[in-house]
Amino acid sequence: MSHADGYRPDGEAFPEESRLTRDTAIRGPARPAPYIGAGILLAAAILFPLMPQLYAFDAPRLGGMPFFYWYQLLWVPVSAILTGSAYWLVTREDRRRRAEARAGGPPQAGAASAGTGLGGDRP
Amino acid sequence: MNTREINWTALIIVVLLFVIVAVMGFLAAKWRRSTEVEGLHSLDEWGLGGRGFGTWITWFLLGGDLYTAYTFVAVPAAMWATGAVSGFFAVPYTIVLYPIIFIIMSRLWSVSHRHGYVTSADFVGGRYGSRWLSLAVAITGIVATMPYIALQLVGIKAVLTVLGLGSSGNVLLTDLPLILAFVVLAAYTYTSGLRAPAMIAVVKDLLIYLAVIVAVIYLPIKFGGWDTIFSAAQTKLGAVNQATGKPAGVFVPGAANYSAYWSLALGSAMALFMYPHSVTAVLASKARNTIRRNAAILPLYSLMLGFLALLGFVAIKAGTKPIDLDGSVNPQLVVPQLFLDHFPAWFAGIALAAIAIGALVPAAIMSIAAANMFTRNIYRDFIRPDVDPKTEAKVSKIVSLVVKVGALVFVIAMDQSAAINMQLLGGIWILQTFPAVVAGLYTRWFDRWALLVGWAVGIIFGTVSAYNVVNPVTKAHFGGSVAPIPGTDFSVYIAVSAFALNLVVAALLTLVMRALKVRTGEDLTRPTDYAADETDPKVVQIEKTQHFTQPGGPSPVA
Repeated sequence: MSHADGYRPDGEAFPEESRLTRDTAIRGPARPAPYIGAGILLAAAILFPLMPQLYAFDAPRLGGMPFFYWYQLLWVPVSAILTGSAYWLVTREDRRRRAEARAGGPPQAGAASAGTGLGGDRP
Repeated sequence: MNTREINWTALIIVVLLFVIVAVMGFLAAKWRRSTEVEGLHSLDEWGLGGRGFGTWITWFLLGGDLYTAYTFVAVPAAMWATGAVSGFFAVPYTIVLYPIIFIIMSRLWSVSHRHGYVTSADFVGGRYGSRWLSLAVAITGIVATMPYIALQLVGIKAVLTVLGLGSSGNVLLTDLPLILAFVVLAAYTYTSGLRAPAMIAVVKDLLIYLAVIVAVIYLPIKFGGWDTIFSAAQTKLGAVNQATGKPAGVFVPGAANYSAYWSLALGSAMALFMYPHSVTAVLASKARNTIRRNAAILPLYSLMLGFLALLGFVAIKAGTKPIDLDGSVNPQLVVPQLFLDHFPAWFAGIALAAIAIGALVPAAIMSIAAANMFTRNIYRDFIRPDVDPKTEAKVSKIVSLVVKVGALVFVIAMDQSAAINMQLLGGIWILQTFPAVVAGLYTRWFDRWALLVGWAVGIIFGTVSAYNVVNPVTKAHFGGSVAPIPGTDFSVYIAVSAFALNLVVAALLTLVMRALKVRTGEDLTRPTDYAADETDPKVVQIEKTQHFTQPGGPSPVA
């Protein structure tokens, strides 16, 4: 457990200077690229298995199994790889944004934090 | 009456494994309990297992929760009876499920962590400041869950039937094993809460993997390879049904079936994580990313389900005869019968125990989830607003018993098809909570009353459409879950067309409400809440340090 932001699980005894509020940004601003990348991977994993016109065929068979069946079974690991890659992209960016928010120190409540708070939390 | 011989070897192994699992269920009360917690005296402890399950426990818990005994029985049964459209759609369904939950569920986890939400209805109440919308989500959740629990009993019943139990003429004696199993389940769920199914899920899942891997390797070799199995299936499904003049089933879907196939997969995937038991397993996890990591590793279960579905075809080749006690053909007995016919008795015992135990895990989680919804969104919001956590846990425990007894009565007193029809409707209904819950995770644009009306319209449309689907052979209503969109011949899953209507109504009414300047409810959440991780403080903790109080905290109702 890392409580680098000065928070303790019991909620008591905060360092005076941290002044956490409901609107304290917990992440820095997002870079769009990793989210676009992850979005494309996830969209592919959702759309392709939902298009039977691409795979509702008997031939070619694999080990006696019609294409329709083995193709969809093949999509299970493919989808897992796509989702896993999306996970890698998103968590790496997430870690960077959290580090940035911590390095910048918890912004004060009010005008200063409202901007980062809003911008910082839309994936 | 058709009496079956009792297969003693298999039965003894099933009973033995059941007893082991029951002991684990009771011991689970002491599992992973932090030292300062005395007893399971809050919903966080009893109903969410202490909100501390890591990646692997969550994997077993969600796997045990989503891939239920009924799935193991019904999917191959559908493959055996009617083929790809009503059976194999489960594969694309469980493929597209995980990217969807990857996207939405981490946000629900974060906001629930910040505010101490235990149910999705808690979140809806806090987000829209509307306890009526929250009530709609809760009632839908509870009503949709009840028949789902009943179907788990149907799964156990299928196993007991092929084992030779329940063939007595005495009604009470027939159902005695089922009642006994459920009393034990109710007892350890009561004492251990969510920890019991979490622990049992590990055993259940390992047994199921073992049974399916062995079946998928051993049975095709025994019956001359996949080639002969698929040709047997093709012949059976292509045969023309006398009553309808159409083929008995679908081997590879043609163009006319495409829309049914993808809409069943998509609608089921979107609906699954609206069910209370799925949300409960997600909120019981330790961190924001636990569910995302699981989205990448849970597909292993989908692969297992795919092969399990193909066992329906193996049963066609094997000539399995799923004859029920009253002498009628019951497709749901196909897989248990296949195991019993072609495995040595001791391994058949293990495989059948896997299915029976597979019913206990989801039944426990479902009853806990429904009980939590009742406690939070009906008892607290409408009856006792000042309820303390200890009483909440107490109420939830009792309601979990009531829910299970209700399901038991349902299965014993009513026809099995009533439970199946209700489950079909439950899937349609639960998807109608999607706009309130999922749109709420991203935007407050929708008006709360517009969402409520959209929900009602979706439910009414879905129910009427499902009623109007008539089985061509038996002429019974609720004959299926696919119907043409009104005014077209484009057949889709009714839940999806009802959902589309729901969304359009909610959007249009939101514009109307905006124009009429109807007051919007208070939103207790902040943008930062949706990205919070386990290390970020909860709202109550922040408020304590700030020495001010503002409406918020655990109660979502202003």
